[in-house]
Amino acid sequence: MRARLLPPALAIVFATLLCSVALLISGANPLDAMSTMGAQMFRGTTAVDTINSATVYYLAGLAVAVGFQMNLFNIGVEGQYRFAAVVAAIVGGAIELPPVLHALVIILVAAFAGAAYATIPAILKVARGVHEVISTIMLNAIAGGIVAFLINPEQFGVLSGNSVSTEPISESGWIPGVPFGNAGTVFGFVVIAALLGFGYWVLLNRTRFGFDLKACGESPTAAIAGGIDAKKMAFVALVVSGAVAGLVALPEILGRDHVYGINSTTGYGFTGIAVALLGRNHPAGIAFGAVLWAWLDKSAVSLDNIGIPQEITTIMQGTIVLSVVVAYEVVRRAEMAAEQRRVGRALADEPAGVREGGAV
Amino acid sequence: MSSSTSDGAADHPDAVVLSGITKRFPGVVANSDVNLTVRRGEVHAVCGENGAGKSTLMKILYGMQQPDEGSIEVDGGPVRFRNPQEAIRAGIGMVHQHFMLADNLTVRENVLLGAEKLFGIGSAARKRLAELAERTGLRAGPDTLTERLGVADRQRVEIVKVLYRGARIVILDEPTAVLVPQEVDELFDTVRTMRDQGYTFIFISHKLDEVRALADTVTVLRGGTTVGTVDPQVVSSRQLAEMMVGSELPSPDTRESTVTTHELLRVRELRLDADDGSDRALLDQINMTVHAGEVLGIAGIEGNGQTELVETLMGIRKASGGTIELEDAEGRVRDLTHASTRRRREAGIGYIPEDRTRYGLLLSQPLWANRMLGYQSRPPVAKGQLIDRGAARSSTEEIVAGYDIRTPNIEVAAASLSGGNQQKFIVGRELSCDPVLLVAAHPTRGVDVGAQAMIWEQIRQARHRGLAVLLISADLDELIGLSDTIRVMLRGRLVSEADPARVTPTELGEAMTGVSEIHQAEVPDEGVQG
Repeated sequence: MRARLLPPALAIVFATLLCSVALLISGANPLDAMSTMGAQMFRGTTAVDTINSATVYYLAGLAVAVGFQMNLFNIGVEGQYRFAAVVAAIVGGAIELPPVLHALVIILVAAFAGAAYATIPAILKVARGVHEVISTIMLNAIAGGIVAFLINPEQFGVLSGNSVSTEPISESGWIPGVPFGNAGTVFGFVVIAALLGFGYWVLLNRTRFGFDLKACGESPTAAIAGGIDAKKMAFVALVVSGAVAGLVALPEILGRDHVYGINSTTGYGFTGIAVALLGRNHPAGIAFGAVLWAWLDKSAVSLDNIGIPQEITTIMQGTIVLSVVVAYEVVRRAEMAAEQRRVGRALADEPAGVREGGAV
Repeated sequence: MSSSTSDGAADHPDAVVLSGITKRFPGVVANSDVNLTVRRGEVHAVCGENGAGKSTLMKILYGMQQPDEGSIEVDGGPVRFRNPQEAIRAGIGMVHQHFMLADNLTVRENVLLGAEKLFGIGSAARKRLAELAERTGLRAGPDTLTERLGVADRQRVEIVKVLYRGARIVILDEPTAVLVPQEVDELFDTVRTMRDQGYTFIFISHKLDEVRALADTVTVLRGGTTVGTVDPQVVSSRQLAEMMVGSELPSPDTRESTVTTHELLRVRELRLDADDGSDRALLDQINMTVHAGEVLGIAGIEGNGQTELVETLMGIRKASGGTIELEDAEGRVRDLTHASTRRRREAGIGYIPEDRTRYGLLLSQPLWANRMLGYQSRPPVAKGQLIDRGAARSSTEEIVAGYDIRTPNIEVAAASLSGGNQQKFIVGRELSCDPVLLVAAHPTRGVDVGAQAMIWEQIRQARHRGLAVLLISADLDELIGLSDTIRVMLRGRLVSEADPARVTPTELGEAMTGVSEIHQAEVPDEGVQG
């Protein structure tokens, strides 16, 4: 447990110190900045915004984490979610179904579209050995083009004001939120995200599939010798990652915007990478990472009010990710050495102890 | 720079004195109060079982590791090496068990690489190289590509390399492990000649006949400490062995035969093409049958297709031709030629891979998770698509108890066990799941003598219960002791067959190099006696 909680704590402390130094150099008072940001935590609108953003980040983080479990770096979550969002929004706007069913269909369409888009790098990887980082980065660029093409009024889009977007989804397809009065409304999708996190945990820890996935991630050679089809696992992991990625934009589409437009926010896929790293691919860890990230994003705006550049939070986010990766590795090695010592001590009384471990 | 350092102190009789060396690693004491005195101009053998601390001691002498306690003297003066470069400057050279040569460079380039400052790269260097080649019996020309050389010549290049750098004290780390008996004799002749020219050798080995044949003095290590220093002419092999092991010797002998006529594994005309696009075959015309209760041993110099044979049988590589059939526990004959590794395992093949850390274990995961590896699709650990953690844990406890695995509990990561215990765990995992056939590649490589005896005993008992075993090993004593039939593998083919009750290691060695066939083989590519 200590091995899991210590690294992010260290990373956050280190990042805070570094940002304080940066603030001091630029002539601002770090304590002011911290207290202003801290106070935001308890302001209703920021809190609701934070939770809503965190929901989106959490989904993106889960999508990336599925790939990370077997050492696949799915940078393509960005492209996959945007492709899935535009397809789901078009389908959702075109059909009319009873409530619940309508939303369910949109969710399924999004998951399928994300999975389909991830199938391309999956096939390339398994059949041709193309590294997923290369193929998914390129597919991200292509996804941008596809989105622009599909929401063009000549295809499926509609022009409203000077912005283009998909046809609005009728109310039967919405997912109602939880209203908090003036503070805003929390996305109903937060429940689905939490369920998904639980499902992810069950999948990894209680199923054969999860065992195979983790075995492949830890040692492809041992996995193959243990009868696991490593290629199949790579394929499935990428496709599942893509399916989860397909849901990333849905909290906003089904809970607030009801369309996917040219102005919809991009970049959630990249945030997902940072959040998954921060949470060490653990469902609870990712949740923590998503909330932290969202809070930094949302409370940054308040810094402008006291004359501190809000970009300081970007520095902070970057440092946190960098230092958390280093800290995890350092702590992991220290824990491994400590365990070997512990095992050695526990067996020290036995006569064969020294010789047994001697092949060093 | 020449060997002036050693000449300056040449009147001192002792080339190397190690006293009170202690080295601790996390969890183990690899060396504890080791003392070693090597006289100038002798061949000094350092003996001990795997894991007795020989390698660690030599790494300390060669500056690769620093001792926690104790002192080192070279030519009478105290030294403290922080890295191998300093040891080389003091006149110590080491020939590693695994060669450190660049295949795509010539002999001369390999020798000169990194030592250009000594004699340049011109005619002075050539002259020095020719002189050393003469001295060490290296017959390959200086411009031959290293990849063209055989193992024995590569080893000589390694020796030339250390001499070129001015070594007067040469550490040979298990130099015979990779050689066949004939090459061993040639190496020993070279070593004796060089000893007479004034070189000092430290010869690391656990093969007693070789030690007695070559060494002037023997120091025995056991359990990380020195047991004693003796004259090999005075003590018998038996006495030496008992010094090494500390008690009665384990023996792999399994003379009473349990071989039945019941065929379990049948391999016909198996072929595996190289995947580099050439039509070279890595395996060709492999025909073999393993019966219930039989251990079929495969002898061969490493790199003659044994690894490929094992991987093709396990489905890790796809056969290019031929058939593999196995009779499963229910008595159905299954054609496994195109089956996946998982289906083969489910049909009842247990597998002890040759490299346990790469192929046998998930190092950072706990033992009970490692228990599932290879068995995750079957009860007791699988419950439909789910994993039964409770059953996995309790069956891991049974393996730990039944196979004497030294671990505080089953939650520790596999990496924190010692090598011998890791191997016992793998053997326990594979045997406890009642396989029909066990494919065992080097099952006791790199484990201590206690674990070795235990693994031999487990294989023997399983064979008694009717298990068919395919045993691949580089240890000829293990092969001869455990096998009911021995087949020799050479360049991807099974070339001859031997009866372990009658064959000698020398005969096997000759067959392994292709020098001669073993004449007692009645049917060269098929058939089993008994």
